[in-house]
Parts: sequence; structure tokens; C-alpha cells
Amino acid sequence: MQGYMHKISTTVSVATLVACLGMAMPLSVNAADDADIAEGKKLSFDRKKGNCLACHAIEGGDLPGNIGPPLIAMKARFPDYEKLRAQIYDARINNPNTIMIPFGPHEVLSAKELELVTKFIYTL
Amino acid sequence: MKKNLAALTVLLMIATPMVAQASPESDLKEFRSHFTNMFPEVPVDDFINGVYSVDEASRAQWEQFEEFPPYEIYISKGEDLFNKKFANGKSFATCFPDYRKGVRQNYPKFDTASGEVVTLEGDINKCLTDNGEKPFGWKKGKIAYVGAYLAYMSRGNKLDVKIPNDAAAMDAYNRGKKHFYAKRGQLNMSCADCHYYNPGKKIRADILSPALGQPTGFPVYRNKWAAVGGDGMGTLHRRYGGCNKQVRAKPFAAQSDEYKALEYFHTYMSNGLEVNGPSLRK
Ligand code: HEC
Ligand code: HEC
Repeated sequence: MQGYMHKISTTVSVATLVACLGMAMPLSVNAADDADIAEGKKLSFDRKKGNCLACHAIEGGDLPGNIGPPLIAMKARFPDYEKLRAQIYDARINNPNTIMIPFGPHEVLSAKELELVTKFIYTL
Repeated sequence: MKKNLAALTVLLMIATPMVAQASPESDLKEFRSHFTNMFPEVPVDDFINGVYSVDEASRAQWEQFEEFPPYEIYISKGEDLFNKKFANGKSFATCFPDYRKGVRQNYPKFDTASGEVVTLEGDINKCLTDNGEKPFGWKKGKIAYVGAYLAYMSRGNKLDVKIPNDAAAMDAYNRGKKHFYAKRGQLNMSCADCHYYNPGKKIRADILSPALGQPTGFPVYRNKWAAVGGDGMGTLHRRYGGCNKQVRAKPFAAQSDEYKALEYFHTYMSNGLEVNGPSLRK
């Protein structure tokens, strides 16, 4: 019985692990992640930093603009976390004439801040 | 790949003659139809009302405030300044003999002799210095009052900015056009990003006005300017500086060549629309 269960749970774990790598990993599973996400939210809403609300509706943010699309269902729109980070880093790669700020190249957000913002946006 | 190349060639073939033709007249046509296509329900003459031409929600309140406009006393202050005799016995009327018929609609002008764009503010201060008086500051205060009075006397006249067939005039026009469409500042945005591509949209809680019709209402009384200390009145170049700062770009000086060129292009694009300055804005 013990051996049997063990075998099943190994198979399940591998499957879970594979699934996690693809999607669920950045979900807040521990306190450190929660803190990062809270910090990322602060940076995203801060007018002197991300100020994403200037152009995007974001859950929990007041008086959003509507120049860009609402930031919802991000995991469906960006199955690949790296692509989301790239969009926030420099939106010109997808749309050379975009109004969205090139946050990375223009150093509006540092590498660390960009990571935190991306982490938060990915939870939306 | 081949297909893309073919598509690109077609695109280039379409695009090339357009570039070759770009003249102020064709620019104006394109500029105008961009906004009339974007806002088919707004009569073209209504764009002079700035953001209120495209924001039904705040329009009623604004119209109510316009009944007892806060800029009114500055029109009278401007009138007093206008009529006050200079030490040499002359007055502004010497420099603006047509002020009763209205002069605002012809600014900015291009002076082919000096090769410079001449703004209304420039001529106000030139009148002072030519007559041995001290010039006003450029962005607010007395220059805005006299400007408000002259705009008020010009209300209803249609903007008629001329671009003479002159290399320096075309150069100024093109520099202004470039400023309008060029991305700038740490935030990397152009005037066009906000006022050409996204008018009517909200940037945070502010609704963006269309660039068409923006200059007609200047100088303006802005609640925001009144709130930061001062009397609320300001010139178009004061506003340019504010919009440059918003994108963390270093603003140019009021009445710098850069802003005069921008005003030249920006105002030319509104030719044919009525002067309605001074105006009230948020
Ligand atoms: C000045 C306007 C503006 C600001 C500020 C802005 N964006 Fe954008 N954003 C846009 C526009 C417009 C688009 C649509 C695509 C395009 O034109 O590039 C966009 C697209 C996006 C997308 C892609 C959405 C999708 O589903 O394709 C993401 C993600 C995004 N923005 C995140 C952010 C984040 C995070 C911030 C703040 C750190 C931010 N944006 C700040 C204007 C803005
Ligand atoms: C980041 C967005 C943004 C950019 C870029 C920007 N503006 Fe503005 N501008 C605004 C906002 C917001 C207002 C206030 C609401 C309105 O009237 O549009 C405004 C107002 C104005 C007004 C006053 C309109 C009126 O009716 O009183 C003028 C004129 C103007 N902008 C010109 C410019 C010019 C010229 C540039 C480029 C040098 C520029 N703006 C760049 C956001 C911007």
C-alpha cells in the first residue's frame, strides 16, 4: 500500500511540477512572494514610478486612464512570463510608435523594480 | 517573405508620393480629417472648445462657469494696460492700429525680413521696448492680460496664419511640426501621442483635448494655475512648458525659437477656426 501510494504521488508531483513551471509558479506561495507582489503593486500605482494607472485600469486602482487596455487576465494573455516582462521593459518592441513608456531603456524603473512590477501584474 | 516584400513595395509606392507632396496645405487637410473622422459627431467649429468639444460630461459645468468667467477681470486689466499712455505719449494702439477689428487671428506671423516667427506676445513686448518701456514677463501676468484683451477683441475672427513662400518660413514650420510629432523626455511621449492619437481618452483622470482648436482659446485662465499661486492666467507657451514637463522633458523657454516654431505649426493647423480667447480651462 505504502509503495503504491508513493509511486502515484511521484507521478502526480512530476505533473504538478511541470504545470507549475509553466504557469502557477509566480503565484504567491510564500511570504517572500507576497511581499514582492505588494511592493510591485505600490510601484505600479506610484505616479513617480510605474504610474500604470495613467493608462490602464487595474483592479484596486482609482481613477484609471483608458489609453491602454485594462490589465486583466494577464496569464491568459501572457502565458509566457518573460514576454510580459519584455512588454513592460520596452513596449516599442511590439509597437514601435507606442505611447507606452519604455520603462527599462529609459530607466524609469530599475531592473529590480521592473521585476516586482511584472510579478504584481502577472497576478491580475 | 516574397509576399511581404510585395506588400511593402506597394506600401512604399503609396507612401512616397504623399511624402513628396507634404505641404502645409496638405498637412492641414490630413490633420483636419484625422479629427473629423475620429469625432464625426463634433462639428468642426466646436473644436475650439478644447477638451469640452469631446467630453460631454464636463461640458455643462464648464458652460455654467463660462457665464461668469474668472478671466473677465483680466480682460479689463488688459484693456487698462492697453489704453495707458507710455512715457512718450504713445500707447499699444500705436502698434496695433487694427485692434478693434481684431488682430489675434493673424498670429503667429512670419517676418521674412528677420527670418523669424512673430507671436502676439512678441509684438506686445516689442511695442513696449520700441517705445522705451520695460517689457513684460513672457508667461503670465500683464502679457496675458493684454493678450486676453486683444483675443477678446478678436473673438469670432477666423484664424488665418500665413506661411509665405520662403525657405526660412518653411523651415520654421517644419521645425514646429517635428517638435509636435517627436517623442521626448524620459517618458518618451510626443504632443501627438496625447493630442493627436489619443484625444478623448483618459490619462488618469484627465481627458485629453484634440490638438485641433487648442490655440484658439489662449491666453487661458486655468483653475490649476490659480491653485498653484498666481492668478490663473497664462500664455500658450506657459502651457507648452507644462506639457513638456509632464513627460519629464526639459521645457524650452517661453518665446524660444523652438516654441515659436511649434506655435507656428500648431496654430496653422487650426486655420479657419474662430478665435475664442480668453478661455476657461481646468
Ligand atoms: C502613457 C500610456 C501608458 C502607460 C503609462 C503604461 N502603458 Fe501599458 N500600454 C499602453 C498602450 C497604449 C498599450 C497597447 C499596446 C501598445 O500600443 O503598445 C499598452 C499595453 C500594455 C500591455 C500589453 C497588454 C496586452 O494585453 O497586450 C501590458 C502588459 C502593459 N501595457 C503594462 C503596463 C504596465 C505594467 C505599466 C506601468 C509600469 C504600463 N503598461 C504603463 C499605454 C501605457
Ligand atoms: C502625457 C500627455 C501629454 C503630452 C505628451 C502633451 N500634453 Fe498637452 N495636455 C495634456 C493634458 C492632460 C492636458 C489638459 C487637458 C487637455 O486640455 O487636454 C493638456 C493640455 C494642453 C493644452 C491646453 C488645451 C486647452 O484647451 O487649454 C495645450 C495647448 C497642449 N496640451 C499642447 C501640448 C503640446 C504642444 C504638447 C507637446 C509639446 C503636449 N501638449 C504634450 C497632456 C499631454
